[in-house]
Amino acid sequence: MKIALFATCIVDAMYPRTAQATVALLERLGHEVVFPSGQACCGQMHVNSGYFKEAHAVVANHVEAFDTDDYDVAVAPSGSCVASVKHQHELVARRCGDAALEARAAVVGAKTYELSQLLTDVLGITNAAEQLGSYFPHKVTYHPSCHGMRLLRLEDRQLNLLASVGGIEMVELPEAEQCCGFGGTFSMKNADVSSAMNADKAANICGTGAELCSGGDASCLLHIGGGLSRQGSDVGTLHFAEILASTLENPATVSGVVKLAGSKR
Amino acid sequence: MSNTFLGMPTLPVFGQGNINATESFPQAARRELANTQLRANLGHATHTIRDKRLKVVAELPDWEDMRNAGSAIKDATMANLPALLEQFEANFTARGGIIHWARDAQEANEIVTALIRETGETEVVKVKSMATQEIGLNEYLEEQGIAAYETDLAELIVQLDHDKPSHILVPAIHKNRSQVREIFLREMPVVDPNLTDEPARLAEAARKHLRKKFLSAKVAVSGANFGLADTGTLTVVESEGNGRMCLTLPETLITVMGIEKLLPTWSDLEVFMQLLPRSSTGERMNPYTSLWTGVTPGDGPQNVHLVMLDNGRTAALADEYGRTALNCIRCSACMNVCPVYERTGGHAYGSTYPGPIGAILSPLMTGIKSEENSSLPYASSLCGACFDACPVKINIPEILVHLRGEDVDSKRAKLKVPTQMDLMMKGAQWAFSSGSHLNLLEKGLPLGKLVAGRDKVIKKLPGIAGGWTQSRNIPAPPSQSFRQWWDKEHKPGAAVVPGTTINEGEQA
Repeated sequence: MKIALFATCIVDAMYPRTAQATVALLERLGHEVVFPSGQACCGQMHVNSGYFKEAHAVVANHVEAFDTDDYDVAVAPSGSCVASVKHQHELVARRCGDAALEARAAVVGAKTYELSQLLTDVLGITNAAEQLGSYFPHKVTYHPSCHGMRLLRLEDRQLNLLASVGGIEMVELPEAEQCCGFGGTFSMKNADVSSAMNADKAANICGTGAELCSGGDASCLLHIGGGLSRQGSDVGTLHFAEILASTLENPATVSGVVKLAGSKR
Repeated sequence: MSNTFLGMPTLPVFGQGNINATESFPQAARRELANTQLRANLGHATHTIRDKRLKVVAELPDWEDMRNAGSAIKDATMANLPALLEQFEANFTARGGIIHWARDAQEANEIVTALIRETGETEVVKVKSMATQEIGLNEYLEEQGIAAYETDLAELIVQLDHDKPSHILVPAIHKNRSQVREIFLREMPVVDPNLTDEPARLAEAARKHLRKKFLSAKVAVSGANFGLADTGTLTVVESEGNGRMCLTLPETLITVMGIEKLLPTWSDLEVFMQLLPRSSTGERMNPYTSLWTGVTPGDGPQNVHLVMLDNGRTAALADEYGRTALNCIRCSACMNVCPVYERTGGHAYGSTYPGPIGAILSPLMTGIKSEENSSLPYASSLCGACFDACPVKINIPEILVHLRGEDVDSKRAKLKVPTQMDLMMKGAQWAFSSGSHLNLLEKGLPLGKLVAGRDKVIKKLPGIAGGWTQSRNIPAPPSQSFRQWWDKEHKPGAAVVPGTTINEGEQA
C-alpha cells in the first residue's frame, strides 16, 4: 500500500522522532511511505480559536497537498489533527463560502486515518510484539487524548497496541478520560484552569509509579510532559508510535542515551 | 434613520438580567480556583453525580436511540416554534389559564409583580425555577415590597446565605453540610441551637422553617420543565415534594417559562421523562412529577397564570449555528462532567446558567458583544465530555467554537489595532499555509535550542505565550525538523527506529 504521511506541524517541528517511528512501522510492514511536501498544519489552532478566515488558507493548503491520487490512504500520528481533517475542514470551507474546497476536503478527510486506526482497522495489527517486533521493557501508563477518544471514537485501539508490546508493563491511569487541560490556546487564555487540570493529571500519572506516560497526541504529551518537567518529576511522556517502533535490537531507551521529551534529567 | 418610535422593537432583542457576566471568566476563575474548600466540595459532588449518571444510563440498552429521539423532538419543536406557541396558548386558555407574553426580564418581572399585587398578598412561595433566577425575580419583588420564599432545600440555603446559585440542579453544590449548618444557625429565625450537620437534621430544620409558609401562602411562583402544546399542560419535575405543595395549596399560581420549553405532544414526555432524571440526578425516575392543565374547579389554584418569556431566546433561535442550545432541558449533566466547571464552580461563569451550556447559552441570549460574556466561549478545553453527556445531543464544543468566531469577527470590526492573539494567528496563518514557509521557519529550530540552553528546556516565554510557561516547560526543539530529515536522510525501506535519533536536544 502507498501511504501518505501527514506529520502534523507539532511533530514535524518538535517531535520528528514520532514521525520517523511512524515511517519505520509502516515500512517494516512492507508499505511505501510518501511525504507530500506541501503539507504544513491541519489548522485546528485557528479554527478552535475562532479565526475562521485565517483557518481557510491553512485548510486549503492541507487539501491542496493531500487531494491527489498519488497514495492509497493518509495517516497522521495524532487523534486531534485527524479529527480536524475529518470533521473541521468541511465546516471551515462551508463557513467561508468555498464549496469547491468543501467537496475536496470531504475526499481528503475520508481517506485520512489516525495511526492506531490504520494499524488496527486497515493493516490488521492485533499483536505488536508478533507483527511489528515491538519490544519496550518498561512500566508505562497511558492517557487517551480527548479528540481521539470522543471525535474519532478510537476506543482502546492505542491502548491495545501498547499492551501487546513485548516486555511492556502497562499500569492503569486513574481518571484517564479526564482532559489534561491543553486545549490549544485555552492553555494560554485560561492558563490558571488549564494548569489546575494538568496538575491533577500529573498527580494521577505519578501515582501509578510508571516510568512514563504514553499517548497518541504530541500536543497533549507536550502539555503533560511540560507540567511534569516543571514539577521536577523524572516521569516523561512518549508517543505510542515510538514505543511500537522500539525493538529488542534497536530499543528506545527511557533514561541514559535518549532523554524523553519533557523530562528534566 | 429617524428616531421616531414605530412600535417595533429593534431586532434581535437580547436578554437581560442574571445572564450577563460582570467580569471576565479567566479573572473570576482565578479567584474561585484559589478557594480550596470550594474545590474540595465540587470535586466530591461532581464525581458522585457523574458516577450515578453513568450507572443508570448504562442500564438502558436504547440510551443512544433515546438521545437521538430527544434531539429530534427538540429540533422539530424549534423549527415549528411559532405555531406550537399559538397551539399551546389556545389549549392553555381554553382550560381556564391566562397567558402573558414577556419580551425580556423587565417585562416578565413587571407582569409577575402586577399579578401578585392583584391578589393583595405581600408574600409568595416559590418552586425552584431557572427562569425566575435568570430574570432576577426575587430581587425585583423585594424592591417592590413582596417577599419571595424559596422552598427547594438548596435554593433555600442559597437564599438564606444571600448567595447566588452555582449549579442548575444543585444550586448550593459549592457548600458542604457544615457550611449549611452554619447558614441555618445564623439565618433562620427559629432554629434548634443544637443543630448538627447530619443531612436528616438539616432537612428537618428546613422543613420546620418552611411548613407554615406552605400552609399560609396564597400565591406561588413556579417555573416549568415542559409545556405540552397539544394539551396546554405544564410540568414540574422535582425531588423534594415542596414543588407539589406550592403547585396545589395556594389560590394563585404564576408560572414563568421560557418559550423554548415546549414539546409538541403529551406523548413526547415518554422520551423526556426517561432522559431527564437519569441525566440530571442519576435516578431512574424523579420522586415528584406534577402536571397541570389550566384550572380544575374546586381543586388546586383557581387563578392560573403563565408568563411566556423570551429574554433573548429568539435571538438564539435566529443563530443558525447556535440555535440547538435552546434544546437544553436543564439537566446539568454537562456541568457535572466538565473538567473546567469542576475546578472553578458555577459562580465563575457569572450567569444563572453556568458550565458548558451556560458558556454558549448566555452569550447566545445576550449577544457576544459584551466584553465579559465574550470570554465565556473560551472557558473550555473543547474536550467534548459535555457533548457525550448531553441527553439531547447539543454539540456544545462546536457551538463554543462558532461563538469564538463571532467574538473574533466582532472585535475585528471594532478594533483598529490587532491584539497579540490576532498577530499570533496571522503569523501562524503564514507559516501553516505552505510547506515551504513552515520549512523556512523550521530552519530556525537550532535557535530554540540555543534559548533552551544547558537545561534543555524553555521556562519562560513573553506575552500571551507566558500563560503556557506559567506552569509548563517546553523541551528544547530538535536540531532539524522531520521534513528536513526526510529530504536529506530518509532512504525508502530502510526502517528508522527511535534509537537512531536525530533529536540531539533529547540526548543526554
